[in-house]
Amino acid sequence: MKNQSVKNNIDWISVIIYSALVILGWLNIYSSSLSSTEGTYEKQLIFIGCTIPLIFVVLFVDGKFYEKYASIIFIVSLLSLAGLFLFGKTIAGQRCWYAIGSFTLQPSEFAKAATSLALAKYLSDTQINLKETNRQLQALAIIFLPVMLILPQPDPGSALIYSVFILVLFREGLPSWYVWTGFITILLFVLTLVLETYAVILIAAGVLAIIYFKGRVVDRNLLLSTILLAIISGFVLSVDYVFDHVFKQHHRDRFNILLGKTVDMKGIGYNTNQSEIAIGSGGWLGKGFLQGTQTKGGFVPEQHTDYIYTTVGEEWGFAGSSIVIILFVCLFLRIIYLAERQKTKFSRVYGYCVASILFIHFFVNIAMVIGIFPTIGVPLPFFSYGGSGLWGFTILLFIFLKMDANKVNEW
Amino acid sequence: MRKVLLPTLIIIAASLLVIRIFYLQVIDDSFKLKSENNAIKIKYDYPERGYIYDRYGKLLVANQSSYDIMVIPRDIKEDLNVTEFCQLLNITKEDYYKRIEKAKVYSPRLPSVFLAQLNKSEFAAFQEKIRKYEGFYFQKRSLRDYEVDYGANIFGFITQVNEKLIARNPYYNSGDLIGKQGVEESYEEILRGIKGVKYIQKDKYNREIGSYKDGKYDTIAVQGEDITLTIDAELQKYGEELMINKRGGIVALEPKSGEILALVTAPSYDPGILVGRQRSKNYTLLYHDSIAKPLYDRGLLAEYPPGSPFKILTGLVALQEGVIDENFSVSCHHGFSYARGRFMRCHCSGGQLQLHRAIYQSCNSYFATSYMRTINKYTKPAAAVDVWSNHLKTFGLGEFMGYDLPTGKRGKIPTSKTYKRMYPNGGWRSTAIVSNAIGQGEVVMTPIQLANMMATVANQGYYYTPHIIKKIEGEKIDAKFTTKHTTSIDKKYFPPIISGLFDVYNMGTASRLRVEGIDICGKTGTAENYTKINGVRTKLKDHSIFVAFAPKDNPKIAIAIMIENGGFGATIAGPIASLMIEKYLKKKISRTDLETRVLNISLRSEYAKLGGMKEAEVIESTPKDSVLKAKIVTPKTPAPKTEPTKTAVDTTKKN
Repeated sequence: MKNQSVKNNIDWISVIIYSALVILGWLNIYSSSLSSTEGTYEKQLIFIGCTIPLIFVVLFVDGKFYEKYASIIFIVSLLSLAGLFLFGKTIAGQRCWYAIGSFTLQPSEFAKAATSLALAKYLSDTQINLKETNRQLQALAIIFLPVMLILPQPDPGSALIYSVFILVLFREGLPSWYVWTGFITILLFVLTLVLETYAVILIAAGVLAIIYFKGRVVDRNLLLSTILLAIISGFVLSVDYVFDHVFKQHHRDRFNILLGKTVDMKGIGYNTNQSEIAIGSGGWLGKGFLQGTQTKGGFVPEQHTDYIYTTVGEEWGFAGSSIVIILFVCLFLRIIYLAERQKTKFSRVYGYCVASILFIHFFVNIAMVIGIFPTIGVPLPFFSYGGSGLWGFTILLFIFLKMDANKVNEW
Repeated sequence: MRKVLLPTLIIIAASLLVIRIFYLQVIDDSFKLKSENNAIKIKYDYPERGYIYDRYGKLLVANQSSYDIMVIPRDIKEDLNVTEFCQLLNITKEDYYKRIEKAKVYSPRLPSVFLAQLNKSEFAAFQEKIRKYEGFYFQKRSLRDYEVDYGANIFGFITQVNEKLIARNPYYNSGDLIGKQGVEESYEEILRGIKGVKYIQKDKYNREIGSYKDGKYDTIAVQGEDITLTIDAELQKYGEELMINKRGGIVALEPKSGEILALVTAPSYDPGILVGRQRSKNYTLLYHDSIAKPLYDRGLLAEYPPGSPFKILTGLVALQEGVIDENFSVSCHHGFSYARGRFMRCHCSGGQLQLHRAIYQSCNSYFATSYMRTINKYTKPAAAVDVWSNHLKTFGLGEFMGYDLPTGKRGKIPTSKTYKRMYPNGGWRSTAIVSNAIGQGEVVMTPIQLANMMATVANQGYYYTPHIIKKIEGEKIDAKFTTKHTTSIDKKYFPPIISGLFDVYNMGTASRLRVEGIDICGKTGTAENYTKINGVRTKLKDHSIFVAFAPKDNPKIAIAIMIENGGFGATIAGPIASLMIEKYLKKKISRTDLETRVLNISLRSEYAKLGGMKEAEVIESTPKDSVLKAKIVTPKTPAPKTEPTKTAVDTTKKN
């Protein structure tokens, strides 16, 4: 019998990468908030300190606890989101926080872990076959419940994160046309914004025609092709409509900045412009720790939270930026590797959820900061300032590490 | 396949991010500059410019402080006592509010100039109370303070650097000041010092939040060095006074050292008018007066055929070449027929002349003969011209002399190449170029070259490159100014020439200009000149030229004077030369009647033919505090004729 203690079985590689990211994150918060007097980096140090007891609690809870109580955790989490409408504190127009004394707690950060547990629990049932439409809808319902509660806060960034669960479902057998549909939808959306509406419809018609005539004659289905074209046209037209009439001006601006349609460096384009300047001025090796002129000058807004990566870029240069990306990628791949070797479907699905959630945060955040994604408020895991975020991601990760460490006890 | 999707996506996405970051950080370097502009403010600490002294230590150019009152509108306190504030600055309340409004329009947060260029006394009262007025502070500036109202051409002036120079010289930034013309330009780097640089970290509101990298890159300003000029301020002033109502240049050198004692150009201006608020208006006027050209240093730039003074060199070369000697004699019949149908007139008293009398009577025939003998000594005239030309070049002619003032002209000494260009088919002989003998033809010299020629003759065969710098604090002057240049003429050939020049004053063309107790050697000259008046080439009155050195033994001053359209050399240039020499050697003028006569000579009527700018004339000044100016009798100018007002109504078109 192998040693059953968590200490010997926990995946130290993940723990080390996690620690490295948290420490690097704090150093950058320290640098970016040095000139402010709000005590940002001291607070973050307290948050980091709090993760240690949190990790111990997560690791020493019985291994079966999470699977057993997944549904209850999920329901509590949903209630905490719903409770925001009654007791939530509004900061900068968003009702996302509970205020406890001077500290605030953001339940949506914890809801990700809860949803992952619920999804894993649901999919681990041997009866579930994702080829069945019913099951698909049930699985999607688990994902959409928290989204429905988060969207009206309004927090579109956090809501967007949940779309990544599609990848988990795909891993567990969701038909691939879901992924293709998602991919094509995104493509059509972007194309519609960049090109004229009719041009996109023409392109779609052309592509469909090529598929129709290149395919085997027996496969030709004129009706299906026509319906597809009608759907695509409808989608494209509605995107146009939604963009012009449903989106608020600041949403439109965010897309327009990204697509290079609007250049307004002092107004709406300010954030992205400043963060590009800060990162771009880093060069190969950066300006050095605490030497970032943009960082010190406070030119980049929200630099200790969503734009923390600009400090990395400016002070540590291409070398530091790449190292951070490599660390993240290593962590993701390690988690996927660990997930694939899980003995139970529950922990495998959960592991996949962890990797997916961390990855989508990582990608959306950095892509936004370097100007290839619209401005959406999504934190960089382990880096961005904020207790809720840090604790949420820590719990998310360490529940999985606990499961992984516990797998020897599985039967 | 399903297992591979997520890892693949992760790797593709991460690569995308790294590529974009690589582009931002490594390939596109525009961001680096943007960040510098964004976050670092550079503050300069301008050192005071060095002072300028004359050869005896008299302070000529110093600095004055001026104060700009600056304001940051946002920081002004509500309870500021406007009445008291306005009293201290001597402005009206309306003015106060107008200026504050203007500053607010520029930026409520950034400093702007509230009141510019206050002098010390205007500022003193305010300075004591400035602490009371939050939002106001002052910026000290240093401007030139001219202790004298002459010597503008020597000093030059201070101006803002232009874009071209900023692009070329990384030291200067937009708005920096730089010396232009005169010693301010040639000793710019010594006078200006080195400005100090402070890097200040800014935040997004443009507020200063401290020193960048703890002042690691900051530098301390280095004070400008004082310089002492070779100029004799009294002599310079005297020269400028004598040039009142005349145009021309005077260059006086100390032969033993090449030091420039005086460098006069007329018309000039009071250097003080190019300082302060009136600077740009005045400069524009001076700059645009293209006829009187007050910014044109005639002592250095006016190139003319030197005329008779050149005979000195013709004689020296002929002696050196051995084609004449002291006793060689020429018979002059009021002219010289050097070829069939070619005749050069001569104003000497005629008869048999030897070198001595030929010089003091300035005999054209004698020197034309000498010159032709020099050229004809060689079988090929081209080779002969080059021999002659090379002798002259050892006097520093036909070249920039290398003195330490920024402007100059080469002058011209023809060589065989010159004539090859003029006569591409060859066939020219000594007769074709004989006018060179008497300083006409192709020979062109500037006043400073003439002065240097006299210094060389005074030294009997050597000279030091003329220079205006005597001493730089803590530094040595350029070694080229202490290097002796020896001519190709043997020392023994100088005394006969010098004795001839001495008798110019005793028996010759300048005999009326003798100074009691000083042995002066000199030579008169005239230069023909033409201009276009209404498109017609018109001969103007000759330029009056005079060169001299004194005393004959142990010379202390060599001088060249050129008066535009002054006529015969002895009428204006000669008297000025002798007065300058007397002033320098005796420090006092005994011949006050001559002085008064010279002061009262006005060539304005002559210059009026050329046209000119009335507005500029007003500021093209001569020394203001001149005691001598009182001696100038200003002719009573008739009251300006008022245009008869037109009363007749033009009705032609009304019908």
